[in-house]
Amino acid sequence: MSEILLKCEHVDFGYENYDVVKDVSMEIVPGDYLCIVGANGSGKSTLMKGLLGLLKPTGGTITLSEDLKKSGIGYLPQQTPAQKDFPATVEEVVLSGCLGMRGKRPFYSMNERKIAAANMEKLGITDLKKSCYRDLSGGQKQRALIARALCATDKLLILDEPITGLDPSTTQDFYRLIRHLNRDEHVAVLMVSHDIQNIVTQANKILHLKQTVQFYGPVEEYKKTQYGREFLGGAESWQ
Amino acid sequence: MAVIMEMLSYPFLVRALVGGICISLCASLLGVSLVLKRYSMIGDGLSHVSFGALSIAMAFGWAPLAVSIPVVVVAAVLLLRITGNGKIKSDAAIAMISAGSLAIGIIVTSLTTGMTTDVSSYMFGSILAMSKEDVFLSVVLSLVVLGMYVIFYNKVFAVTFDESFAKATGVNVPAYNTIIAVLTAVTIVLGMRMMGAMLISSLVIFPALTSMRVFKSFRGVVISSGVVSVVCFFIGLVLSYMYSIPAGASVVVVNLAAFGVFFLVQMVRQR
Repeated sequence: MSEILLKCEHVDFGYENYDVVKDVSMEIVPGDYLCIVGANGSGKSTLMKGLLGLLKPTGGTITLSEDLKKSGIGYLPQQTPAQKDFPATVEEVVLSGCLGMRGKRPFYSMNERKIAAANMEKLGITDLKKSCYRDLSGGQKQRALIARALCATDKLLILDEPITGLDPSTTQDFYRLIRHLNRDEHVAVLMVSHDIQNIVTQANKILHLKQTVQFYGPVEEYKKTQYGREFLGGAESWQ
Repeated sequence: MAVIMEMLSYPFLVRALVGGICISLCASLLGVSLVLKRYSMIGDGLSHVSFGALSIAMAFGWAPLAVSIPVVVVAAVLLLRITGNGKIKSDAAIAMISAGSLAIGIIVTSLTTGMTTDVSSYMFGSILAMSKEDVFLSVVLSLVVLGMYVIFYNKVFAVTFDESFAKATGVNVPAYNTIIAVLTAVTIVLGMRMMGAMLISSLVIFPALTSMRVFKSFRGVVISSGVVSVVCFFIGLVLSYMYSIPAGASVVVVNLAAFGVFFLVQMVRQR
């Protein structure tokens, strides 16, 4: 189980002639629940795009495990405006997650349909499978997109600011769901988020980014550092 | 029925019908992806580029298709690139390129041949424009588009729905975008001589928008777009023959009517 899913060694990312993110080293092993935090403009999104392979590193190396190389990485992107009125059933959306492992074959196999069905079941959206994606609520859309990501790989899930636009109770449901996937289904989770108050109760590792890595380690230690205290805004002392 | 039989006795109308049906089918399939990706105006922009290229080809006495197809393909790829870079907003880029090439076309024409009927038929379309060669090209093109669509259907869906996710799972997104751009460019060059530079983009936009009113699945929208587009073209051509109105305009008006009907269906359903 000590197989490393994703490993960064001294990685830099940037656009044209300046680096947005410098010298990041980290790794994700099965069972991890890692959260990348940082202020606006700290390079969180850039780092995430880099990990997904949407952006080429300007220095350093990123290594993926064999499994992930084959299937690609499943991730939950932020909603794009084009998706708001997109005519597609939940089933079509979820099934599109299987694309990476399919290679050159033009159509989905029975096996891939089964994987899609199993993931819809896992996320409790089986009865929505013929519904139109644009008619779903925010929370249901999230579930459909997570099911799609799990079709690509059930090893590692990358989430980009996942709770943006969700109401408080949906947000709590969402965290419960991710924790369930992490603990019971053994999906490693990497989340980029602003929501630090909730994160420290959920994740087990934190990476605090401000162009360079300011902190990388377990949550308990993070709370004790200066960054942790500043970022948490004294939330500890209330309790 | 009698009218249709009468129409079929004219070879030029048969050519217009066969070529037009093929082009409307291609345009509508490609249109679903373009409309959903917010590239609706690309058809309009490309038709103006095509107009510019055709005017220049005519002025120098070159073969029109041999000049305009490569020019428009390059323009299509360029437009997608500009959008991808995000330095100029895509709507502004399209407006700039389309107005620019229209202006160049008009200047070249007025300096050389003057505004002849040929030029006016490129602007507003002419049912006589379909030569045997054009029909042949249209049939080949539509077979290529149909084949590509069936083979890459799932990838087209993934790229249309969510480019970054598709990229992260290892789909070559730029390649598929380029394929869509190239096919759109060829469709527009072939179609604009019958529909006219001003109206061809409606073949791309209308069927997809119409189908999105009623159908909830991507597959439903794709199939419905193809059917709606072909049916509307056929009705439009018949009306154009019966009332002696320009074919392009007549097809667009029938498409507009179809949109109205689907819109009403949607309203009634939501009640």
